Amino acid sequence: MKYVDEFRDGALARGIAARIRATVDPDRDYRIMEFCGGHTHAISRYGLEDLLPGNLRLVHGPGCPVCVLPIGRLDQAIALARRPEVILCCYGDMMRVPASGRDSLIRAKAAGADVRMVYSSTDALAVAQAAPEREVVFFAIGFETTTPATAAALSQARALGLKNFSVLCNHVLTPSAMRAILDASGPDAVRVDAFIGPGHVSAVIGTAPYEPFAETYGKPIAIAGFEPLDVLQAVLMLVEQFRDGRCVVENQYARAVGRDGNRKAQALVAETLVLRESFEWRGLGSIPFSALRVADAYAGFDAERRFGLDYTPVPDHPACECGTILRGAKRPNECRIFATGCTPENPVGACMVSPEGACAAHYLYGRFRDLAAE
Amino acid sequence: MCLAIPARVVELLPAEQAVVDLDGVRKTISMLLVEDAAVGDFVLVHVGYALSRIDPDEAEQTLALMREAMALEDAR
Repeated sequence: MKYVDEFRDGALARGIAARIRATVDPDRDYRIMEFCGGHTHAISRYGLEDLLPGNLRLVHGPGCPVCVLPIGRLDQAIALARRPEVILCCYGDMMRVPASGRDSLIRAKAAGADVRMVYSSTDALAVAQAAPEREVVFFAIGFETTTPATAAALSQARALGLKNFSVLCNHVLTPSAMRAILDASGPDAVRVDAFIGPGHVSAVIGTAPYEPFAETYGKPIAIAGFEPLDVLQAVLMLVEQFRDGRCVVENQYARAVGRDGNRKAQALVAETLVLRESFEWRGLGSIPFSALRVADAYAGFDAERRFGLDYTPVPDHPACECGTILRGAKRPNECRIFATGCTPENPVGACMVSPEGACAAHYLYGRFRDLAAE
Repeated sequence: MCLAIPARVVELLPAEQAVVDLDGVRKTISMLLVEDAAVGDFVLVHVGYALSRIDPDEAEQTLALMREAMALEDAR
């Protein structure tokens, strides 16, 4: 496949890795956070950590929307799905995420709730058009990459004059989470020296929103694509910045990302969605201005207002370490129920469900490294 | 979740839609979010929407930089 295969070349990967090893300062260590779950997955899948020097650690970040959505938000969706008039449409990632009392959307569906897995927000619109007598709710989750698709659906629903379509909006924002990680103090503080920035989020928002992190926080950033060579090259860019004493935003993924991002997508999001004053994240707690809700001009399409929903926070399972893992404070194998009480077949925490969750990625690929290390 | 896949545009359809080809798999997607994409271009597809057009020159430059890093290493 073009733009995929050439970025998976093993010989080039080893060449770049050798360059990284030759560039790092052996007298210090490096903690580089890959923000995005897509990167976490690629790093585990291609065994990239095996190629990196021992004094460079990749810290998994919170960029897995399924993982950071707190239980209370999922409970809202399940409660809606249980209403007889409602058809709840959601992305496949959400189906098996554990909610309160180990309930899930797939369990609700098995018990008779009308939950439909959709590939795209446009599929949810088609469901609403085909069933005018039902209330169709699109359970929207995701970072900036996925938000424009929700915005487009809202705009289209209004253009079509749909009376039975609404959005349960849980879109979250990358820069707010990065700031929360860097601002954390006390026991929540996690040392991060640099970031691998999320390539597809950046295709929408551009590279400019990261500039304050380089300028104010002094953290170098390399926006990266999702093939193994992309991730390795981003790591090389970052260690070169440290070697040269530079601190800037670099764009490894220039084939898909520009400084300004996708203006058309940004305009559509700005028209249909607005900032929430605060939003609770699993692992990071409540973060001000870190998520979006449906704009007042589209209030009729806002499921929260349409169904009078209130948000009730719910703590995670006491044994689950998803929260600390999402902050980068712990690794998946440091959770005592990892791969025993919590597996992809029978997940306790959200990080074990989504393939880009740190626990699922480590379970699928990484735990064999642990065995080898023992 | 933020998975997006490069696919080739094979046909532009009315209402800002297009058929894309991914290694033989064809799918109709929305082109609402991108401007000026033509048949033969590669676009990044995410949840049924083209998010951006892939720039072939930038892709080649990125690969060239990678080869350069490897050549530097081989020369050592």
